[in-house]
This record gives sequence, C-alpha cells and structure tokens, in this order.
Amino acid sequence: MRVLSLQLLALLAGTWPLALASAPFPSTYQPLPPETVLIQNATVLTGTGERFDNADVLMRDGVIAAVGSRLTAPEDARIIDGTGRWVTPGIIDNHSHLGVYPSPGVPAHSDGNEMTNPNTAEVWAEHSIWPQDPGFIRALEAGVTTLAILPGSANLFGGRIVTVRNLVGRGYQDMKFPDAPHGLKMACGENPKRVYGEGRRAAPMTRMGNVAGYRNAWIRAADYQRRLNEYDEKVAKGETATPPTRDLQLETLAGVLSGDIFIHNHCYRADEMLVMLDIAEEFGYSITSFHHAVESYKIADRLAEAGVCSSMWADWWGFKIEAWDGIRENVAIVEASGACAIIHSDSAVGVQRLNQEAGKSMAAGRRAGIDITPEVAIRWITLNPARSLGIADRTGSIEPGKMADVVLWDRDPFSTYARADIVFMDGARAYDRNDPERQPRTDFELGIGGAR
Amino acid sequence: MNRLMIAGLTALLATMPVAHAETVAITGATVHTMARAGVVENATIVIRDGRIRAVGAGVAVPSGARVIDAGGKLVTPGFFDAWSHIGIVEISGIDTTNDAATSDARIGAAFNVADAVNPRSMLIPVNRIEGITRTLVVPQARGGMVAGQAIVMDLSGTGASIIRNPAAMVVQLGERGAAMAGGSRAAAMLRLRETLQDARDYARNRSAFERGARREYAASRLDLDAWQPVLNGSIPVLAAVDRASDIEALLRLKAEYGLRVVVFGGAEAWMVADQLYEAEVPVILDPLVNLPGRFESLHATDANAARLHAAGVTIAFATADSHNARNLRQSAGNSVARGLPWEAAMAAVTVNAASIFGLQDVGTIESGKVADLVIWDGDPLEVMSYPEAVFVAGQQVPMTSRHTELRDRYLPRERTLPHAY
Repeated sequence: MRVLSLQLLALLAGTWPLALASAPFPSTYQPLPPETVLIQNATVLTGTGERFDNADVLMRDGVIAAVGSRLTAPEDARIIDGTGRWVTPGIIDNHSHLGVYPSPGVPAHSDGNEMTNPNTAEVWAEHSIWPQDPGFIRALEAGVTTLAILPGSANLFGGRIVTVRNLVGRGYQDMKFPDAPHGLKMACGENPKRVYGEGRRAAPMTRMGNVAGYRNAWIRAADYQRRLNEYDEKVAKGETATPPTRDLQLETLAGVLSGDIFIHNHCYRADEMLVMLDIAEEFGYSITSFHHAVESYKIADRLAEAGVCSSMWADWWGFKIEAWDGIRENVAIVEASGACAIIHSDSAVGVQRLNQEAGKSMAAGRRAGIDITPEVAIRWITLNPARSLGIADRTGSIEPGKMADVVLWDRDPFSTYARADIVFMDGARAYDRNDPERQPRTDFELGIGGAR
Repeated sequence: MNRLMIAGLTALLATMPVAHAETVAITGATVHTMARAGVVENATIVIRDGRIRAVGAGVAVPSGARVIDAGGKLVTPGFFDAWSHIGIVEISGIDTTNDAATSDARIGAAFNVADAVNPRSMLIPVNRIEGITRTLVVPQARGGMVAGQAIVMDLSGTGASIIRNPAAMVVQLGERGAAMAGGSRAAAMLRLRETLQDARDYARNRSAFERGARREYAASRLDLDAWQPVLNGSIPVLAAVDRASDIEALLRLKAEYGLRVVVFGGAEAWMVADQLYEAEVPVILDPLVNLPGRFESLHATDANAARLHAAGVTIAFATADSHNARNLRQSAGNSVARGLPWEAAMAAVTVNAASIFGLQDVGTIESGKVADLVIWDGDPLEVMSYPEAVFVAGQQVPMTSRHTELRDRYLPRERTLPHAY
C-alpha cells in the first residue's frame, strides 16, 4: 500500500470531506439504464493483478455482481459468449485534454491553457470542456470509460483538474464523476519558463525561478489556510468571527495543503522531480503523480519510497530536450522498482490505444529481462490511474460491488489488432461495435455521412 | 602499413558493424518477399557484398558463410517511413537542431534537405533497431507553400546514406497552403500555376533569360531550375493535402501540366478514391487519423487505408513522427484491425514507398536487391514483437542505441558506485 497517497488512504477509510458534496457545479451524471449481463468463458484481467481463464463476469444493477467460473445466469441476464475474448476493467486515462483542446482544433477552441499568469490555480478545466468533442467518442470506442481532463502546462499552477465519465452529455456536469476529488495541475521545467521568461521577459525565466514561484505560492496558501482555521476555531467556540475574503486561487492551494485536492505534477526530468518532492516536504503536501515522467526510471526507487505515481507515455521522446532521455523501458522499470506506474495519453490519438501502449511497455520490459504479465500491465491503464484520481474505491477493477465499467475485447487487448467489442459503463452498453443503437455521436459529427 | 594506419583501420572496422566481404546465410525463415514469390517458408537468404544473392527454400548455404538461424522467425524487407524529418531534426523544440524549413522566402523549390542531413543523428539507431531502414526526408513549408525537395535516405548512419536526390517536390496545400498564399486556396493554386508556367517558359527560353531578354519570372532562377525534374516527370509533386475538394483541385492541376502527383495526408482521400485510382496517384497516409482535427479533415476515418486499397490506390504509410518512426508498424497493425488486408499493410510499409519514389533495388527480398531486411521474433505488425537482427544497405547493424545504453545504466540492480560510473 505504500504507493497510495495519504489522501487516498483517507478516502478509502471513508473520511473524505463531506464539504465536496455541496461544492459548486455539482455532477448531474446519470448512468445509462443498467442491464443484467453475464459474460461467459472469457479471459479476465481484473485490474487487481489477477487473471482468470475461462471465467465469467456477472454485472447487475450497474455494479459487478460476481467474477468466477460457471456462474449461474439470472433469468433476465443477457448472456454473452466470451470464448476467445478478453475482459478488462474500463480504461482510465488520467491525462487528457479532450474537450478543452477539442477537435476541430481551431484557435477558437483552444481553451486548455490560461496563459496569463504563472499561477492560475483559480481556473477549473471543467469550465473549458466542450462536451461535443468527437474525441470523447473515439476514446469510448477504444474502451475508455473515465478520464481526467487537465489544464495545460504553461503555468506553474495550471488550474483544477476534473474527472469525467466518458458519457457525452449536454453539459460537462452530465459527465462529471460524482464526488470525485479535485486535482491541481502543476508544471515543472521548460514550459512555464519558456512562456513567461522567454515569451514575456517575466518570471519565471529559469528553473530556479520556477521553484521560487512554487514556494511563494505555498507560503501564501499556508497563510490563507491559517486564517481559515482561525475562523473555524472561533466559530466552533461560538465566538463572532469574520471569514477571510474568498480567494479562488488560494482556495485551491489551501485545498492541497489540507489534503482535499490531489497534485498532478507535469515533470519530465528526474532531477526536477526530486526538487518537487522536497518542496512537497517543505510545505507538507503530497504529490499524487508526476506526469510525462519520462525520466522516472532514473529515480524509480526514490519514487517508490515517496509513494508517488508516475504517469508516463509508452515511448514519446525527443520533441524537446527535457524529453531527450525518454526510453521504452521507463514504465517497466518503474513497475519493477515497486513504484506506481500509470500510462497516460495526453493525446486524442493516444487515448484510443492505451491498451497497445501498455503492450509496448510490457514488451520492452520483457526484452530488458523484466518479466511483466498481462494481469500486471493492465493495472497501468485501470486501477493505478483510478488510484491517482481518488476513485479506486468505485472503479478501476473488476471486483464485486464496484461500478460495472468493463471492456469486452475481441482478443488479447495488448494486440495491435485488438478491438473493443462492447464497452460497459455502470453495467450498461455505452458502446457496442455490433449495435448501431449503441454507437453514440456528438453533435459535431452529424452530417459527415460515410466517414464512420 | 604502419601501426598508426592499422590502428586507424581497426577503429574504422569497429564502427562498421560487419565487413562488406562477408557472406551471410539466414536459414529456416519464413520470408515475406513482398515480390512475386510471395511468402517462402523455411527459406535461406544468402547475402554477399551487401546484396541478396539468393532466396528460396532449396538454396544451399555457401561454404564459409556466417549462418544466422532464423528458424521460426519472420523475415521482411526493412520498413520505409514515407514522411519524416529524420536526419534534419534532432530535437523539434530546439531551433539550432532543426533544419526542416527555411523562413527565407527567396528559397522555395530549390530548398533541398540533402545538405542539412546528419546521418549520425541519434534518431537513426533508435529507429533502425526497431526495423526502420529507409525514410523519405521531407522539408517543411515555412517561408511559402513550396517546401522544397525531399530525399530518400537509408538508416545506415553513414555518409553514403542518401540514395535518391531529389525524390519529390513537396508542396503544402489546404488550409496551411492557403494561409501562406495570402489566405485563400484559390490564391495557392494560382501561385502554383504561375510558377509552373514560368518554369516551363524558362526551360524553353533559357538563353534569352540568361541574356536578360525574357520577362520577369515569379520564381528565382534556382527555383525555376528545381521545377524542371517535376515538369519532365522524373520526380513527383508530393502535396500535403487533406480535403477531398483540395485533392480534386490538385488532380486538375496534374492533368493541366502532365505532372506526377503523390498525396500526403489525404484524410478525406477515401472520398475521391476512384479518381485517385484513375489518375494513378498514390497516397501516403497515417492510417490512425480518424478525428476531424481541422475543417479540412471533417471526414477523417480510420477506414481510409482500407477504402483506398479496395479502390486500387497505391498506399504507403508514414508516422510523420521522426522520433517514433519505429511506431510505423503499430500504425500498420491498426490499419489491419480496420479492414486492410495484412499483406497490403506490409506493402504499405515496405515496397510501396520504394516504388512510389522510383527505387528499383530495395523494398523486396529478391536476388540482386540490396540487403535491407529484418528478422522478427513474431508478427512485425504486433507491438509485442521485436527485430532480432536488422540489415541496412547490406550491413547488419548493432542492436544498440543511446536509449539501450540509458536502459542498461538504470536497470534495477545492486550497485556500489553512482550511476555515472
């Protein structure tokens, strides 16, 4: 359990602050009407590290009812022959810009980076989401049932992250994962210093400027939090008190310090990740995951020790110098070192084949002598990202009682040829490759005729 | 031969993976020749002096040959990425390592990437140990819609790696081309016509031009010279274009000037597949494109490759991602999952690009061809498979790169000294 963050332990123990339930912009997510479904005789990767061959999966009332062999079919069950097919949890991408950088990518749609100040902790990515982005549907067709939508990485503090169900709605609130904790996007390295220093002759211009920027912000956040606490204490004692003036930016940062908001930290280089760990230590917060962590393999032991996840690409490298040392074996080495490994997409194309990206990382590991099994590799794109988003108690694995987010693949999902036959969300067919009634389209896709 | 020379020669040999004179026999392989012989089981391939000397099931192993047992393995031609910046871009985000484009508006068609190519690029070993042996190296349009001349390079990493120059004239059409021509597609086509007319006029009146007795041309002398191989049909126009109507406009231009044309991108090419087939225009595409990323690709679909192939259009694949050209086979595998026959996908990453750019002696495994081939431990279009041996331009290359060295440095193990030792 050492890979779990403190917040997550609190969450699993059911101590998540109830305050979030009354947070603004509440979720209006409505699951599709659930069916009773029994998949028989499939190869099942549960996401918890287990593999069952010739196994059955029963979904009922929107949740996983049972996993086992020769399960009895309830009378109302739709029975699906899984012979030769594989079953995995719904895929979770913890780094997506769908909706905030949608297709078509015209400038008027460029809503992912509030490049006006190195600290924009006050903005929320959810307020930029265009639910009609066709990318959501392409991702669903590839088995993706839950995504985190992040602001971009131009700023030291980019803004709040939102977790969404991949069920296109009329507003983003229809997609918002109910009661999922908020996240905050932070960014290391080249991007902030390029945008501000190089672009505008403003701070930060250097990596040391980046670090000063983080520390100054945390000092102000700690002060804000102290004033909030003083106010709470006075109120608790029945004294009259005036709350500090609400400040959206500090509210987000204080939420991190109190453990309510998860940190997702864009950080390529190993040495910079080590600096960020020290900053977290100095101000008493924890980093849930580094993202684009192309050099995690260099410090995998330290990341295991710190209990911080690495969200990685299978093989992106070289497009900038902080990505120069990205190697194929990154994910496998992180896994082999006992640290939490996640494969993310950051891409409307990559999100459509996270299963193959996991396959590439597994194969690269094997070639380097690190034996990784399919039942372990599937966690990189299911349970581990669920943990990083604080929703692992509800989705990310095929276990009784969890949301029935399940993908039925036509073969081994790590194959280039694999396709999702049916994608279940909450026990309902959100996508069925053989049923046009279950092939959703966004508004934007109407009128384009034979393309699909 | 003095000692210094011997030392020098030894050093040279150490950097050359295999001496040229060696005879190599690959035995027991399932060979996908991508030629008339099709698939040959349990075959022997004999390589000598950099060329394939024999391929077949009954071929004898020459005495003294180094034998590579490929029993149970697949052998294919080396893979060909039909659109990359390998050798001209090291790190995309660092201008000083990026020679793909010039902002000098005086240079258009004459811009040729050959003089910028660095065969010692770190990208080359990373990609070739995963089976990429050839690529079309393309310039990028920046100063104007005519990007310049592309070349074909092998991934031998030697000074002799440019094997066709020029290979194509690259032109940017569609939204980006329109933007560079003043904001309209119509203006872009007008500029192209004007240039072609001037180039033709220049060819017919060169001496008058030299005397200064000819009207002024829209393009420079160097550009007008560069267009001549296009006008005489020895190289194609390689047009980056996606929208179906833009492709139709290109086909009209082709007919007017009798050009050879190749489409790159072609997100909506499937909509005009029959016209492309009639006009014998091949399409180089990334088969993964399936989003309406721009208004010119509203009808993008990952059925594009399968539909073009079904209509008889010659297709070749490109990743347009130089650092990860190695993922070409993943793209090809995905195209198979979207309805393209496996053999057609293999052709799209091997022989088709070779034939589009007029390369006679690579792209297939046949006697007399350059030894440019890969021994795979499984289906090459599966991401889980890897090359076991790679031959580029007749030489077996070492299976190492800067990335494998990084990997070996950081693999978890007990250590007594820091990583730098």
